[in-house]
Amino acid sequence: MFIINNRKFFFLLSGLLMLLSVVSMVVFRPWNFSIEFTGGSLLETGFPDGRPNIDEIKANLDKLNWAGTQVQPTGEDGIIVRTKSLTEPERQDLINAVSSGGTVKIEERRFNSIGPTIGAELRSKALWAIFWVIIAIVLFIAFAFRHVSQPISSWAYGIATVFSLIHDVMIPTGIYIMLGHYNIDMQIDALFITAILTILGFSVHDTIVVFDRTRENLKLRTWKEFDVTVGHSVAQTITRSINTSLTVLFMCLTLYFVGGETTKNFALTLAIGITAGTYSSICFASPLLVSIEEWQRKRSEKQAHAYKKK
Amino acid sequence: MWRKRFIAFVLLLAGAGISYAVYQGEANPTSTFGGKPFKYGLDIQGGTELVYEADMSTTAGSDVDQTMEALRDVIERRVNLFGVSEPVVQTEVGSSLSGQPSQRLIVDLPGVTDIEQAVALIGQTPLLEFKTERPDGPEKKAIQDAFARAQEAMKKPGLTDAEKQAIVLADPLLNEDPNYVNTELNGAKLAKASLNFDQRTNEPTVLLTFTDEGRQLFADITKANVDKTVAIYLDGLPISAPVVREEILDGNAEISGNFNVKEAQELVGRLNSGALPVAINLLSTQTVGASLGERALTSGVKAGIVGIILVAFFLLLWYRVPGLVATVALAVYIAIMLLVFKLLPVTLTAGGIAGFILSIGMAVDANILIFERMKEEIHKEKDLADAMHDGFARAWLSIRDSNISSLISTVILFWFGTSLIKGFALTLGLGVLVSMFSAITVTRTFLYALGTRGHSRAVKFFFGSGIK
Repeated sequence: MFIINNRKFFFLLSGLLMLLSVVSMVVFRPWNFSIEFTGGSLLETGFPDGRPNIDEIKANLDKLNWAGTQVQPTGEDGIIVRTKSLTEPERQDLINAVSSGGTVKIEERRFNSIGPTIGAELRSKALWAIFWVIIAIVLFIAFAFRHVSQPISSWAYGIATVFSLIHDVMIPTGIYIMLGHYNIDMQIDALFITAILTILGFSVHDTIVVFDRTRENLKLRTWKEFDVTVGHSVAQTITRSINTSLTVLFMCLTLYFVGGETTKNFALTLAIGITAGTYSSICFASPLLVSIEEWQRKRSEKQAHAYKKK
Repeated sequence: MWRKRFIAFVLLLAGAGISYAVYQGEANPTSTFGGKPFKYGLDIQGGTELVYEADMSTTAGSDVDQTMEALRDVIERRVNLFGVSEPVVQTEVGSSLSGQPSQRLIVDLPGVTDIEQAVALIGQTPLLEFKTERPDGPEKKAIQDAFARAQEAMKKPGLTDAEKQAIVLADPLLNEDPNYVNTELNGAKLAKASLNFDQRTNEPTVLLTFTDEGRQLFADITKANVDKTVAIYLDGLPISAPVVREEILDGNAEISGNFNVKEAQELVGRLNSGALPVAINLLSTQTVGASLGERALTSGVKAGIVGIILVAFFLLLWYRVPGLVATVALAVYIAIMLLVFKLLPVTLTAGGIAGFILSIGMAVDANILIFERMKEEIHKEKDLADAMHDGFARAWLSIRDSNISSLISTVILFWFGTSLIKGFALTLGLGVLVSMFSAITVTRTFLYALGTRGHSRAVKFFFGSGIK
């Protein structure tokens, strides 16, 4: 009951976190998009005989006169070069510059080049994917809870879920954009969008567990008042909410600390999102249900009152 | 009771059998189980992915699919010719916001990390076109004027390369050939090419034999163009423009450029391995070296093992006996998933491995929901057997609903995906489905097979959970 009774505090906390996320999104512009979204090329090379001075490589690259070229060291003996979208002859110019005209031995580890059309396409596809996941989930929740119409309609559950979904997406996005501002490696790429979509699915997973208990308790009519029913439902399910997230969190953290480079940022984003998702399903979604019910009740009382006066 | 124990024993045996088969299949590729090794994506085994866009501006809308199929076949043949192991060539329609959808060709070349070689390998495929003379008229005049204007503009002294390029790009008419127009006859309608020698001059020539469709087209073209030239273009450049003497019905044409025997022989080889029906241009390339991929795999496996140990510890400490059962069910889950990866087969990418690792954390979620419910029922002083039964029955609804929501997002992810994300969505989605079986059916069978009853203090401790 503690959470329901103090829901104003939790709304304030969630609101503050979301506000900070928006501030981060606004302050840390331009966002650090990867070449998957903007188009461009990325080259990672290793230097088996030891990495030469980065400034030397930079000087070589400056001669090519490409706007926006970035070089950074990676691992013990490698570098990553980001450039505009390159053609095949231009790629050879780049290799030539990095190896100082073939005098330094290099090992080409990966090269990605993405044309601007593909980037624009992925951008619109990503936004649509997030939109459709949210819509599909709301419809599904409203459907799954269709037999619960007292005291609030099944759509209220859907709406409470959407608000907590937005909450769960905004917080990791805000944090990631801030981190990306300071660390060039933390880019908004297709994997980041994947993490966001996975968070959406997982956070609903948690929210459903709590709502399912509310649904059951409403049917059993154990408690008369709606807010008491919700409060007890949250208290009854809090351990499993936390535990189901903990096991996934374990996997995210091992993926972050032990797993491969490619999925590091992805695991971090997921870990943040899952934490936010667990928090929101306990301290945000259910209190929101209570507030919706309260608001509806007050409005209908007012209407009834006005009707009597007439 | 004994029946339940028997089923549990069979399940355990099956799990062990699957694990053995998966292990043997990887450890000894020559053994009975070695026939289906894991398939790894380009980002793990190293290789190159090239994405091309096909130029469909001259193709009628109804022919697009057919042309793309032809294009795919030609490039596949070309790639196979170079001995790349298990290349994948597929077509894709890119959504574009403006106008026509773009037709794409995705070429995956495992093991090829030299892009220069890869691009050359595909680019070498010749584009063969037949063109007829452009009739005199306002159109021809307009194009000729455009060329004249451009030539005049170029004469201005002190122009930089960029400025010259701008002049060329400014007028779309400059892309047209003032003297020739395209026909429908192209390299796709070629049955075979062979080396020949001109009987009078002994010069090497290339004899083209058309398919049935091509023969008809060639007959129509030659009939309509008697005493005019028909130009033969290779890779966008004219190589010869013979004058047509009469209608040619036998479907043969001869190219006599100024080539030597070696050049003619090369051309024959290239034409026979397939000429492209339309022009293609490179949109994106991706290469991953084998060392980087190998590192991604080993660290992925390591992360998986560490994660499994953590989850197992957590389950044992928090849920005790049921936790042990859930750990066994998790082992069965992992064995089944690895088998599914082999049999389907699922191409394992870095994203797919990450999805599988995450799914291990999610696979035990259903167990947690069931055990928590069981604990509640035990607290109501129910007999353990009843508590188990109610625990499974009542947790089912929330397991079903939450798994459906996970499946919804994996399906949309799969649709969104580039190959890395598709792999992630596929393994995660499969994981949700398989875990419904392992976490519910397998766990239930084992728990019932234990046959513990009653509600003594010991039962409460071993089947309880938490810090208490």
